[in-house]
Amino acid sequence: MRTTPFLVLSALLFSIGAIGVLVRRNAIVVFMCVELMLNASNLAFVAFARQNGNLDGQIAAFFVMVVAAAEVVVGLAIIMTIFRTRRSASVDDASLLKY
Amino acid sequence: MIVFWVLAPLMVLCALGMVAVRKAVHSALLLAVVMVSLAAMYAVLDAPFLFAVQIIVYTGAVLMLFLFVLMLVGVDSADSLVETLRGQRLAAGVAGIAFAVLIVLGITQSTIGASVGLDRANRDGNLSGLAGLLFSRYVFAFEVTSALLITAALGAMVLAHRERLTPKPTQRDTVLQRMRDYSSDGLDPGPLPTPGTFARHNSVDTPALLPDGRVSELSISRVMRSRGTVRSVVPLMVTGEPVDGEVRQVEGGDA
Repeated sequence: MRTTPFLVLSALLFSIGAIGVLVRRNAIVVFMCVELMLNASNLAFVAFARQNGNLDGQIAAFFVMVVAAAEVVVGLAIIMTIFRTRRSASVDDASLLKY
Repeated sequence: MIVFWVLAPLMVLCALGMVAVRKAVHSALLLAVVMVSLAAMYAVLDAPFLFAVQIIVYTGAVLMLFLFVLMLVGVDSADSLVETLRGQRLAAGVAGIAFAVLIVLGITQSTIGASVGLDRANRDGNLSGLAGLLFSRYVFAFEVTSALLITAALGAMVLAHRERLTPKPTQRDTVLQRMRDYSSDGLDPGPLPTPGTFARHNSVDTPALLPDGRVSELSISRVMRSRGTVRSVVPLMVTGEPVDGEVRQVEGGDA
């Protein structure tokens, strides 16, 4: 079983996630795209673990999952706070620091 | 490898759909498909522990959290299509596609060599192999993770916490307020009347009848009246065969 197809899939998913982060305006969808990018990198980690024959890559993917879970909790709390104060989850509306 | 060639196009399609679809809920559901397929990929890649964790943590916890917040924020909130920076969408798309082409070309042009495979690393089982690494070489990172998790929990608590602007009224305060209302405006200090109870209807959308046959407005929630879901008492009295005479008697000459 070759590793390259997995890496290509991982790269494609990462790029799609990056495009989504840049294009979308809804903060929650932007967040989901970030999750997609994290998952794509996880796939590369696990594929390389199999390629190199050790489990370090799987450990790295495991840590990425832990950090992603913590990040989701804090990020969604921030989105909820922003939504509570300005009744919108659009990333364009939270621009007060600019002025 | 069959699993890969079946799931990989599906994953890419779902990821593209996730970016393209306008409603956030549809995005979340498409992301769920991607994540479950990713779990299958981990199973193919000899990572049974990550397969389970992917399904439990990502599809189970993280995605449910996403859906939960979506429900709180409002399911109908579609994305605005107004571009705040002109040409930003196009530029982002071009840059993303260029990035994808660059990195895919880089991967396909490089020679990685034959895969070693995890048979030797997994000889005591995937789980004991991972645990051996986690509690020896990566034990410091593992401990730091606990600090991260505590910080995340505290941060979420602080963010979700709302400061009280006025002190919470105690039972004594509400009683005093009622008596004040009674002395100044003549409002009844007693509890509000309960909604009407009839032989066929004892739901909260039917107003109670006063002893003189009038409908008690206070017995119906203000919210239900503004929504227009209050049931009228009159059809009950006109069409209800078994209770008809009885209610009419109670009603008196008012109907």
